[in-house]
Amino acid sequence: MAVLREGFGAAWPICMGFIPIGLSFGVLAQKAGLGPLQVLLMSTLVFAGGSQFIAVAMLGSGASLPAIVMTTFVVNLRHFLMGSALAVHLPRVNRWFLSLFAYGLTDESFAVNMARFRGEGWDRWRALTVNQITNATWIGSTVAGVYVGNLIPAGAFGIDYALTAMFICLFTFQLRERIHVLTAVVAALLSVTLFLVLPGNFYVIGASCGAATIGLLVKRLTKGRHHVPA
Amino acid sequence: MSLPDYLLLMVGMGAVTYLPRFIPLALLSRRQLPRWLADWLDLVPAAILSSIIAPILFATEKTRTLDLGRKELLVAVPTLLFALKTRSLAGTVVVGMALYWLAGMIMG
Repeated sequence: MAVLREGFGAAWPICMGFIPIGLSFGVLAQKAGLGPLQVLLMSTLVFAGGSQFIAVAMLGSGASLPAIVMTTFVVNLRHFLMGSALAVHLPRVNRWFLSLFAYGLTDESFAVNMARFRGEGWDRWRALTVNQITNATWIGSTVAGVYVGNLIPAGAFGIDYALTAMFICLFTFQLRERIHVLTAVVAALLSVTLFLVLPGNFYVIGASCGAATIGLLVKRLTKGRHHVPA
Repeated sequence: MSLPDYLLLMVGMGAVTYLPRFIPLALLSRRQLPRWLADWLDLVPAAILSSIIAPILFATEKTRTLDLGRKELLVAVPTLLFALKTRSLAGTVVVGMALYWLAGMIMG
């Protein structure tokens, strides 16, 4: 019970964020012609807020299946890094636990669990509880949004901006050092340029890989003056 | 979209979402990434989020033209400041939505 209680204690701020976003997602999905079953399927099988919004937008604009899957892959590739960082805190843990844990790995659960793992009294079961509570909250709110969506007129309450606001906030969490700010600025310039000159969604992966590479080079060049590589 | 197509899409999206979450956990429990790759991956989240947001704020989606006078950009400034100040995801979403709603009523 202590595991559940402490897991919930850490998870509730994430749930606070997921409920309005999940409801907004349900509303947008419903407006795009998706039913509660389809939303339930997507939230259960995919469980990735940003990609789900993008997928609904792409479905609305008639994008092809490979294009949507590819974009989802690119948008969620960042979890590779988060999984790598979390692996340090889950040494010698068996595969079935990791496979269950990976299902609930999001930007938010990652941020909360990494912060908690650095302190005392946190273990993998509490971390898993955070992942699963936030997952259940997400599924519930997105499906609820489909029904609430019938009652809300288009554009009401600024719902169309929920995703952008969420990304803006997650974006600020990433600006930890100057190199991250520089990378973000380069990414923004590259992304807008690619968006204007190329069709499709290549701009996300193109600008991200380009900016991270430029950022890495800048980091190497500036640090090389002070440190001899190990 | 037909139901089989939709199911196929969900399985595809699910797989490409799940695998990047699972593979590093499964592989790296005892290993470490090469330094350059860890450093590169460390910059990827900031780059991805910036790449997603920037065109929404600075360009019109339908015509793919540069536009610096959009209410998306206008609202993004206080929303960004609020996020930096409070570091609250729920708060930022609510504030961003409220400001966007307000901007819609004023600017149309």
